Amino acid sequence: MPSVQPLLSRVADAVYWMGRYIERAENVARFLDVNHNLLIDLPQDYTGQWQPIIDASGDSALFRERYGEATLRNALQFLAFDPEYPNSVFSCIRSAREDARSVREVISSEMWTQVNDMYLFITEESRRPKHGSLPAFCRAVRMACHLFGGIKDVTMSHNEAWHFNRVGTLLERAEKTSRILDVKYFMLLPSVADVGTPYDDVQWSAVLKSVSAFEMYRKLYGRIAPERIVQFLLLDGDFPRAIRYCIGRADRSLHAITGTPGGTFSCASEQRLGQLRGELDFARVEPILTGGLHEFCDALQTKMNTIDDCVSADFFALRHSRLGAGIGANA
Amino acid sequence: MFFSNYSTDGYFDEMFERDGVVRPQAQMVLETINALGGEQLMRHKNASERLLLQLGITFNVYGDQQGAERIFPFDLIPRIVSAKEWSYIERGLKQRIHALNCFIDDIYHDRKILKSGTIPEEVVTSAVSYREQCQGLNPPFGVWAHITGTDLVRDRDGQYYVLEDNLRVPSGVSYVMENREVLKRIFPRVFEGLTVRGTSEYPSRLLEVLESLSPNATQARVVVLTPGIYNSAYFEHSFLARQMGVQLVEGRDLVVDDGYVYMRTTKGLQRVDVVYRRVDDDFLDPEAFRPDSLLGVPGLMAAYRAGRVTLVNAPGNGIADDKVIYAYVPDMIRYYEGEDPILPNVPTYLCWRDKDRKYVLENLEKLVVKAANESGGYGMLVGPHSTAAEREDFAGRISANPRNYIAQPTLALSRAPTIVEDRVEGRHVDLRPFVLCGKEIYVLPGGLTRVAMRKGSLVVNSSQGGGSKDTWVLAHDPGSKEEER
Repeated sequence: MPSVQPLLSRVADAVYWMGRYIERAENVARFLDVNHNLLIDLPQDYTGQWQPIIDASGDSALFRERYGEATLRNALQFLAFDPEYPNSVFSCIRSAREDARSVREVISSEMWTQVNDMYLFITEESRRPKHGSLPAFCRAVRMACHLFGGIKDVTMSHNEAWHFNRVGTLLERAEKTSRILDVKYFMLLPSVADVGTPYDDVQWSAVLKSVSAFEMYRKLYGRIAPERIVQFLLLDGDFPRAIRYCIGRADRSLHAITGTPGGTFSCASEQRLGQLRGELDFARVEPILTGGLHEFCDALQTKMNTIDDCVSADFFALRHSRLGAGIGANA
Repeated sequence: MFFSNYSTDGYFDEMFERDGVVRPQAQMVLETINALGGEQLMRHKNASERLLLQLGITFNVYGDQQGAERIFPFDLIPRIVSAKEWSYIERGLKQRIHALNCFIDDIYHDRKILKSGTIPEEVVTSAVSYREQCQGLNPPFGVWAHITGTDLVRDRDGQYYVLEDNLRVPSGVSYVMENREVLKRIFPRVFEGLTVRGTSEYPSRLLEVLESLSPNATQARVVVLTPGIYNSAYFEHSFLARQMGVQLVEGRDLVVDDGYVYMRTTKGLQRVDVVYRRVDDDFLDPEAFRPDSLLGVPGLMAAYRAGRVTLVNAPGNGIADDKVIYAYVPDMIRYYEGEDPILPNVPTYLCWRDKDRKYVLENLEKLVVKAANESGGYGMLVGPHSTAAEREDFAGRISANPRNYIAQPTLALSRAPTIVEDRVEGRHVDLRPFVLCGKEIYVLPGGLTRVAMRKGSLVVNSSQGGGSKDTWVLAHDPGSKEEER
């Protein structure tokens, strides 16, 4: 009979973060691309369009301090290539690769080769004196990330480590979708003057495109309407970048890890995640908008941060237990 | 023809008996390479390097601020060892490893060999790698060196000599297997024509040995302990863990509780029985060795002493890796085996002997001087390639601490044809076969042929710009009667 090898806490931690980093790299590349595309559609004199995307990164203070003005060049350097900025595409891929390297015996060789390829690619790109076409670069990153996801799904057993990777990926994706929704809504809707102008449709379409949701949204709702977009990105159960979808699937993976039946919980992470899942499963968009989307997204992010902390404490942090306090923290 | 201008320059050459005359065992490889042609060979070379980079088969260079990773340069032309030569090497290694294990066990118990006067006692007790903490320990089967990577070299007459024993944490075996994989893709026909002995069984053999050492009657959970991804041999640690299907752990993954060793998993603590550790003694356990070590597992040595976990290789075995003790290995073989050594040592001058020291100091420009407890090509003076200032520096160090230095004549290491840019030139090589020792001794047919890639250089270490070649051990020599079977 085959015996299931126990999963090291450190390894679970690394595969979880590998998932987060790859997802993060993909999202940053998509934001860059969509924003660039949007600028082409807007009138020439329309300025300041790189600031919102910096805001969506959640690191605008750091950007201001290091780069100042949000020009295309600065935004690209910061978000794509800055090795000192931990959430740049470059840093994310580098971190994902380090994680992959430390768990090569757990992931498939194909996964390792792919993430190593991505690293070689981004290193080469970042060393170019003049960066090539932004859309081509973003597309390459996005496709590489998708390829990684596909390789992972078809070459690695859907075992405990795989589920940890999945939880990391999904929580990261939900977080990014909520952030883009929050920032864009805040930017777009309060300015009453903009409603109904040609920019409005263009900008809302861009929100959808930045999470690759444009076509799927159209199929479902047709007309561009802000509240339907919010409903789609927050509460859709089938669209893979919608928050409810992500939380629901993360919940499933967590139960696959613990073996606890669905609808029950055996640890804090399951309890918190299940709670959030239930909340989204039975939510309606109107009260959310009435209560303020920004407040809702804020609360959502806090909840997801708590879930992340709980996952760490429940599965990865054994190393910080009484037995191992202080051992090899940086070794 | 690719080899038409190749010259052996008077060295012993692994492929040619003399200029223009190929050794019979290398005939087929020569023909294959000539048939491929230089251009095709270069294409293969580039492809193989790209492949290694893509697969991430790289090593980290210490002291490089960028944390640069390099591929270990790999030369496509294999080094071929005839069946006859190999059988000699194999016998010699088995004899040597057996004697070395007897010696280490003896040193940590009755010290009969010292009492007999065969080896001076102070040579042993003054060795940096001697571990008082290991006195009286009884590792399974009395084996202290389970995995060794002996370095062999050949001099101008082709005689093999043992240069170093490498009993502690020898590395390189993963390259033996990876190099073979690359060559199989490039020269499939040659493998069909020759009976090259396979190397891929190594991980199963290793796992067998490791499992046989379990102190636990109900299970044998084996792990590989690595210092982590920044270690220069990390690729190998991960490779071996994958090939054996066991867990790769870092010190922080292990914990000692109630005297047993466990690993921390998502489902709690799980007992570990055998640790194939790729961490030096000093960093194993801060309670037993270096207290400042962050890599180690507190309590690991206590669990080992209590026989609740097996550490492989056994701590303390580095005593026989000391280069002064090395000089006595032929005496050990005579003492424990009652036989003459099959594989000779390189003649060695021990600087703590007044007469030897005098000779060494007077002949530094002819000799290779080595610190007794360094490896990886560090702490070494190659006399003929040294400057006056370097010699003066070493003379000072030798006089200040004679126990710590040995010297050997500079050997005219054998050479093997190696691709250099777009041609073939002779480069000096050594050979590191790998030996497993559990209940029985097993020698992996093959080994890592290391190449000093720089013209004229005698230093083959990867940290010093060395590369490698695949080593083909033939099952039958061409023309021998076994081949007719």
